[in-house]
Formats: sequence, structure tokens, C-alpha cells
Amino acid sequence: MKCGKERVAAAFVRPGFVGYMVAGDPNPVDSVEVAKSLIEGGCDVLELGVPFSDPVADGSVIQGADKRAIDAGITMDGVFEIVKAVRRFSDVPIVFLVYYNSVFHRGVERFYDEALEAGVDGVLIVDLPPEEAEPALKASRRTGIAQIFLVTQTTSDERLDVIVGMASGFIYLVSSLGVTGVRTGVSKGAFPLLDRVKARTGIPVAVGFGISSPEEAAEVVRHGADGVIVGSAIVARVEEHRGNLEGMREELRGYVRRMKCSIEAEAGKRGR
Amino acid sequence: MKEKTGYYGDFGGRFVPETLMAALYELDGEYRRLKDDPAFKAELNYYLTEFAGRETPLTFCRNMSEYCGCKVYLKREDLVHGGAHKLNNTLGQALLAKAMGKKRLIAETGAGQHGVAAAISGAVLNLPVEVFMGEEDCERQKLNVFRMELMGAKVHPVSSGTKTLKDATNEALREWSKTVDYTHYLIGSVVGPHPFPMIVRDFQSVIGEETRRQCLAKEGRLPDTLVACVGGGSNAIGMFYPMLKDDVRMVGVEAGGRALTPGDNGATLNTGSPGVLHGALSYLIQNEEGQVGETHSISAGLDYPGVGPEHSMLKEMNRVEYSYAMDDEVLEAFSYLSRTEGIIPALESSHAVSYVLKNKDTFDRDDIVVICLSGRGDKDVASVSKLFGGEQECR
Repeated sequence: MKCGKERVAAAFVRPGFVGYMVAGDPNPVDSVEVAKSLIEGGCDVLELGVPFSDPVADGSVIQGADKRAIDAGITMDGVFEIVKAVRRFSDVPIVFLVYYNSVFHRGVERFYDEALEAGVDGVLIVDLPPEEAEPALKASRRTGIAQIFLVTQTTSDERLDVIVGMASGFIYLVSSLGVTGVRTGVSKGAFPLLDRVKARTGIPVAVGFGISSPEEAAEVVRHGADGVIVGSAIVARVEEHRGNLEGMREELRGYVRRMKCSIEAEAGKRGR
Repeated sequence: MKEKTGYYGDFGGRFVPETLMAALYELDGEYRRLKDDPAFKAELNYYLTEFAGRETPLTFCRNMSEYCGCKVYLKREDLVHGGAHKLNNTLGQALLAKAMGKKRLIAETGAGQHGVAAAISGAVLNLPVEVFMGEEDCERQKLNVFRMELMGAKVHPVSSGTKTLKDATNEALREWSKTVDYTHYLIGSVVGPHPFPMIVRDFQSVIGEETRRQCLAKEGRLPDTLVACVGGGSNAIGMFYPMLKDDVRMVGVEAGGRALTPGDNGATLNTGSPGVLHGALSYLIQNEEGQVGETHSISAGLDYPGVGPEHSMLKEMNRVEYSYAMDDEVLEAFSYLSRTEGIIPALESSHAVSYVLKNKDTFDRDDIVVICLSGRGDKDVASVSKLFGGEQECR
């Protein structure tokens, strides 16, 4: 059987859609339904945000979701339970987006062991640059879990070389400066960065931060991205429809389908 | 990139999203280039002397010394322009930002003292300043908000999370990652990712360097004990650092708050455990899930769940003792110093005063005890008078 990092990378054989949601939002039970809807809509990789009290890389939408999940009683055990629940009906690759204190507090080795056992394929630690990554890298190599890193417009060529040397699964290209959140238009600086990364590695590159519309997704794929990551636009839909689970499921499925459709149409033009 | 730079023992590091890493390297490089540059040092010294009012006195407290049975001195950082030690750091960092060609300063603030110092520095050095301040703190320290605005700073109330210093810092970090190309984040304490704890410590070390010199001149020897309050820990490290290699006992006093139970204090080194917040690995007040815990202190400046990484190292080395003072003891010390020495201390600094009062029997007659009076208490007078509620008899 393939290990986590191979499963994640395989999801981008054709340009793929990475759907982000906060584990435990709007509550631990309905959260599994959110995941199910994203997967039914055609999500190629499910990205689960692990709620943290101080998410400094996130804008107000995801901050709100972290708070809802924590207030609804989500725990790290609960997050692993959500992964296991998803694994009962789907084998879609699952990656965590987590702040380092959640990993450090649990114990790095134990965190990766439990992630592997629950069925997690990749881990992205938002506030862990390569300089601090040694303990996590060691655990990821041992478990076969993909270690995903961020690259940004402020990342020099020298740093890119180091990061692509450490990364597995895919590389998360942060399209703009700042924090997560819906913006209008993809930052133009994202595409030269995409070229710089693609010139260095065969690891798939997925683009995120501020992407929400099918047009933006198509634009990103047109410029050569292997994947499109959407977070805040999904989380905002969860927030809007909480209390109406059927409506939420329908909305999420429809949204992911529209995004996928646009990505696939663009990929078709690209001749892949 | 393999070397373990930016660590104090096992603590410190750079736990920030990739977007900020380039700025941390730039800051580190520019700071190392400038810190020994004669022109930079001369300019900083000019502002510290002619503008901030350094050096500050080391005041002998006759009445408190008699009461405590030892020689008590106060290092008078309350007399620095702006009313606290914070200006030592903000002037240094603002000059650094200018040298780096940054066009704008942002800062977080709790009690408002760092925000005020940042506003002062921005005004005098012609840099626009924007300050992030928790909504609750804006309410607690309205006058400081007005002072910042008077000096041209823009104050952004922060409504997320606890609405205090922790979330103001989160918001400042978010804003920095949006505008990192032209903005310098003027962090207010020895916290945050490397190189901030080092830079802030170096700029605050003027406190300990002066104290060392002044004590030698007055007493012919170094102090026996140094006492300073610890929130993030910038006044304490500034006082301690220049004497770490000397045979001097050092005590950091944290906010014991209402009780040492979770959510009731800001005594990070006494009640916390190692964790990562605001870019550094250090002691942290957190729950069993690793979520950052609620804090409480009578003083907004110590109402913070983290602490500078170098303090975590000094604790583990047993080089510095970290004690705490409870809210009611702090109020007592606030009144005591006002009444007996004619000096109204900030509630933060009152923690250090309280430690000496409480432990007076442990000092010998000849012992020289220096308290870092990190700020003046004018900002706290309104809230303290509310707490006393007129119950206090007129004296």
C-alpha cells in the first residue's frame, strides 16, 4: 500500500482541488458531514484545519471557525476521531493544517503516530519554517506522512531550494502576502513564484490564499499549478448555513462541483 | 540553515509562517550591522539623553529601607519620557526601522505604555505608527489611547479572542505579514521570534548598565539583589542582563492575579509549561489541549500568557528566581510606595515592590536591594481609585 506522501502526490496527477475545512466546525458531529459534502462534490484532497486559539496566519473567517470548533468542545482526540469517521466512507487523501503548538504539546512523534493511525496522509505546520522543522521532518520520514511546506512571494531562491528539498506530497504556494481570506483577484506576484518553484521540483504545487471563484481557479491552473486550495470560501459557507445541515451539504457539494468543473475544463485546454 | 540560531538554551526560535522569514533575516542582518556602528550608537544615545531623559536616577528610599531593614534603591524608569522603560526600546527600533528604509511602524500594546512609547518615537522620528490594542484594554486605559492619538498614532481596537494583549499581538503579526515589505513590526517586549528577544533585550540593557555603574559609584559595590516585574519581561531582562555574570541575586516577579488556578493569573513561569506562541518556544499558559489559556492580572501590562524565551532559560538554569505577587498585595505595595516615598508606581512595577515588602525579613541590614521601577502609576490612578471605592480613609 502507498504511504501518505505518495497518496497525496498522486492526487495531483491531473490538476486537483484541495478543500479546506476546520475540524470540529460547526461542531464535531456536523463537521463529518461537511467533509462528506466536500468529498461528494469532488474534492481531491481534504485539508483539515486543526483549531487553535491563536491562528496568526488566518483571517477573520477561519479564526471564527476555530473559535466555533473550540467552543463546541473539539479536542485533538476529537480531530483524530473526525479523520477516522471520514475514513469509514472515503479514501481521499487527508492533510492537516496545524499550528505548531498543537503538535509540540502532544509530542511530535506521538502526533505523527496518531495521525498515521487515524489515516492522515500529510501535515502542514503553518508556523514551522524549515529552520525549525527537523523534529517534524524526522517524524514524517519515519511515518511516511507527507511534510508540506509553504512558499511565499518573500521566499528567496536560496530558501526555495531548501524547502523543495524537504517537502513531500505537495508544495503549498501562498498566492499573496498576508493571511487567509477571500480577496478579489489572484495576486499577480503568485505566477512568477509558481514558475520559480516549478523550475526546481517535480513535487506538485498547489496554490492557495484568497482563491474563491471558478475563474480564479482556472487562472491558477492556466499558469501551471497542479492544484487549487480553497479555505475561507468554504468555511464562510459552513458558517452561513449552520443550523441547516441539508442546505449546507447541498451548497458545499454544488460549490466544489463548480470549482472542479472549472479546473477540469482548464486542465483539458492545457492538454493533460 | 541548519544552525540553531536564535535560541536561549532550549527556548526561542522562529516559529512564524514563511511569509515573515525574509523580514526576520533582514532585521537580524541590519541589526548586527548597526548595533556597533558608531553613528547609529551616537544617534540612539542622543535621543536617549536629550529626548528620553536618560540616565535615570537610582533613588535611595530612606523610609522603605528603614521599614525593610535593608538598603532599598529604585531604578527610576518611571522618569523616562512617556512614563515607562518602553521608550528605550521603541527609540532603538524606530531608528533601526529608518535605517532599513521601512516606511511605517506597527505595534501591539497591552496597558498602552508600549503603544505610547511607539507613538512618541514615530512622532519624533517622522514615521507613521499604527497600534493594535485589545478592546478591553482600550476601555481599561482610555487615556493612553488618547495620548497615542494626540501624537498622531492610529489605534486599532482588537475585538478577537480575549480582546487583550495576546490578541493585539496576533493582529499585529497578521498586519505585518500583509505589509512586511514596507512595515517594521515594533514589538514591545522580549518576546516574539528571533531576533526580537535579542534586539529588545539589548535596547533595554541600558537599565542594568546604568544601575551597575550607579551602584558602584554610590555604594562601592554591586547590588546584592535585583527585583523586577515580569510580563513579557523586557524591563527585567534589561535590568538583569548586564549583571548575569556577576554575583548578584535576581528575582523576577510575575502576576499572581486572583489565584494560581487556571485563568486567574499571568504567572507564566510559575504556572505554565513549554509551548509555542507568537513565534517563540517558551513557557506558556495553556490548557491540557495546548490551547493558549486565559490570563488575569490587575495590571494590563502583565496580563499575558507568554514570557520571553531568555527568561525561560534563566529559570531552567536557576540563575533567576521567578516569584509572583497577588493582586491585593500589589495594591498594598502601590499604596505603600505612594505614601512613604512619594512615588506612585505602575501596577506592573508594584509587583516588584510587593516582593521586597513581603520578603523584607530575608534581607540583611547591609543588603543592597534594587527594584526596577519600570513605570509610573499615573495611568493606573483612575482604576485603583475605583477599586478602593472610597473605602480607603483619607490620610
